Amino acid sequence: MTPHPAQGRLSTFAAALVIARRDFTAILFSRSFIFFLIGPLFPVIVGVLAGGIGQQVHESAAQPVLGVAMRAADADAMIAARKALDPRIGANLPEFVVIRRLAPGEPFDPAEALKGTGANLAAIASGSPAALVLTGPKERIEWWQGPVSVVAAEALGRGPKTYPTVSLASTKTTTTADKTDTRMRTAQAGQTLLFLLTMLLAGMVLSNLVEEKGNKIIEILAAAIPMDAVFFGKLFAMLGVSLVGIAVWGATGGLIVLAGGQSLESLADPAVGWPLFLALGAIYFALAYLLIGSVFLAIGSMATTVREVQTLSMPATMLQLFVFFFATYAMTRPGSPVELAAVLVPFSSPFAMLARAAQDSAVWPHLAAIGWQVLWVVLLVRAGSRLFRKRVMKSGPQGTKPKRRGLFARKARA
Amino acid sequence: MDVGDRAGTGNLGATGERPLAIEARGLVKRFDGFTAVDGVDLAVPEGAIYGILGPNGAGKTTTLRMLLGIIDPDAGLRRVLGAERPHDVAHAIGYLPEERGLYPAMKAYEAIAFVGALRGLPLAEGRKRGKALLEEHGLGYAIDRQIRQLSKGMAQQVQILGTLVHEPKLVIFDEPFSGLDALNQGKLEKMMRGLAEKGTTVIFSTHVIAHAERLCDEVAIIAGGKVPFAGPVDVARDRIRPQVRLETRADDGTWRAALPADVRREGRFWNFILPESGIEPLLRALIEGEAGILSLSIERAGLHDAFVAIAGEAAARALEEGTSEEQRA
Repeated sequence: MTPHPAQGRLSTFAAALVIARRDFTAILFSRSFIFFLIGPLFPVIVGVLAGGIGQQVHESAAQPVLGVAMRAADADAMIAARKALDPRIGANLPEFVVIRRLAPGEPFDPAEALKGTGANLAAIASGSPAALVLTGPKERIEWWQGPVSVVAAEALGRGPKTYPTVSLASTKTTTTADKTDTRMRTAQAGQTLLFLLTMLLAGMVLSNLVEEKGNKIIEILAAAIPMDAVFFGKLFAMLGVSLVGIAVWGATGGLIVLAGGQSLESLADPAVGWPLFLALGAIYFALAYLLIGSVFLAIGSMATTVREVQTLSMPATMLQLFVFFFATYAMTRPGSPVELAAVLVPFSSPFAMLARAAQDSAVWPHLAAIGWQVLWVVLLVRAGSRLFRKRVMKSGPQGTKPKRRGLFARKARA
Repeated sequence: MDVGDRAGTGNLGATGERPLAIEARGLVKRFDGFTAVDGVDLAVPEGAIYGILGPNGAGKTTTLRMLLGIIDPDAGLRRVLGAERPHDVAHAIGYLPEERGLYPAMKAYEAIAFVGALRGLPLAEGRKRGKALLEEHGLGYAIDRQIRQLSKGMAQQVQILGTLVHEPKLVIFDEPFSGLDALNQGKLEKMMRGLAEKGTTVIFSTHVIAHAERLCDEVAIIAGGKVPFAGPVDVARDRIRPQVRLETRADDGTWRAALPADVRREGRFWNFILPESGIEPLLRALIEGEAGILSLSIERAGLHDAFVAIAGEAAARALEEGTSEEQRA
């Protein structure tokens, strides 16, 4: 009997597609997916509520004022001068409040007055406009010294009658140093976002094979398709779910930003430009997810219960944190061996390369890095699936080693 | 290997009889130093219903997993539907594992289609066939039900249908009857016979002799990871000489000399193993000696007796214990 070529099992790609399609639809149409989508909105809602309450508290609290304790005429002159200069000084100086109109020769101790009063006095101006004494906490009075002298000059009638108009012409960056600095901020923002998303989403992969092992479906899968395909399919299904989540969160976040009248102007244009930067961001997210996810999937596949998976999630998060810190450190040293190492180490490579996209306009290194990262995804998935076949499915030569006991020990089935 | 040995008499693929769907020689599998399967030889003819009979822990599942390519043997050769790598003929194989498993949130027909898709059947076709199979087997009302909404027995039937949806040439069932009630066991037996009639090779493992005896053309008896017998059921039964139960009017006479020495008497009945010389000389002696034959029956040994003789008392006890445990469950 000769086997017919068409009787062979599905290719890894076709089989991975079967698995990915099943997993993707199963997750997408589950009730828990709704909670997955709205989960990240909870911190935002809490933040908005907390911010609103804080704003209310801030607004209801008495605003600090600068007390004036002088002879009546001087005090009135100071108040009038502060009012007149309000368009120029604005928020650089608190409102002036007369706390005492002194009779000629009446003694007054401003330090004592600051202690005793229940009012929201930040400092006290005493003496006279010509010989003004500003009493209060050191940092505040040093900050206000200049503006108060301007007010005193106005009170004495020595201020300018008119002020020249100063036109404003704002730019995003003014100097090369500014540009480098703001691009660094863009790189950091990109890296942080990439890290947050992978940390939030890659952990889900840990428990991905528990269902198959619990339901014994893994036997059917292992008999029918390559184990690599099971791993690839599960990984890509979770990536798809994550991208749906990111699309929903991104759209929601974008609407909130637009509704708030804000834009990305606070971040400098990345060196490769925004469209390519965003595209690279999506690619590097996918690769960071697949790289970390392939390791998590392999680790999770060794676990038999959800409890074991939970135990494993902490070191997995630590691994992610380490990768992020390494990439962040490397970002501050462009062109150094540290940055090269961060680019070459597969797990930190997407983070390091995204930072590079913000700082360096060259495109070819990204093509090389993407190829390098894809290669590692394939290697890691294959290694993970082989480990799974050997340790869990008990395939391949087992030798005559003494029986292993512990977290991942398995009993021989017959 | 003993009587009826095919795989043990030559190279793989050279039988000269019916073509073989499965051939295995010297399969060995060790787990952490424990030898689960120790030199198993099998030869499963195409279109046969073939049973692998043995107690729990004998190595049945491990043998099947090696034949399916789920695990690789540490030593030995296997050929499944002509292919040395079982994965090369994966589309032509259906497999029901011992520990059943389906995705609980899937609808019954989707679950069947999914198993078919794993074996290369387009999903749309699998859905169509899944619905048709459910209708055909009296489970039409469960088409749109999720697996978690079905009873254990029904879910098992759905999985069996999933095993068959892509119309495989070889179906491997691992303990297919466990978990099914008597009615559904009967239905499954009928289904297996139907498959064999259509030319599909059916191989199943069991620790219940009655299923093997009723269904199988050939069996492999496995115990302690070894196969002491593989071949036709009749050949296995012929390992035990038939039992004779004779009723005579006379108590004694010259005819008594024709009875074997270890004959047991129960009233008018004489129970003994049929002598190697056969029934004819015995009958002649009884008639000529005027024993006055009232009744005479020759009972052929059952597969259970053959199992005891081949695999030993301990294996037979383990087999019975496994069956009793299942019945209690």
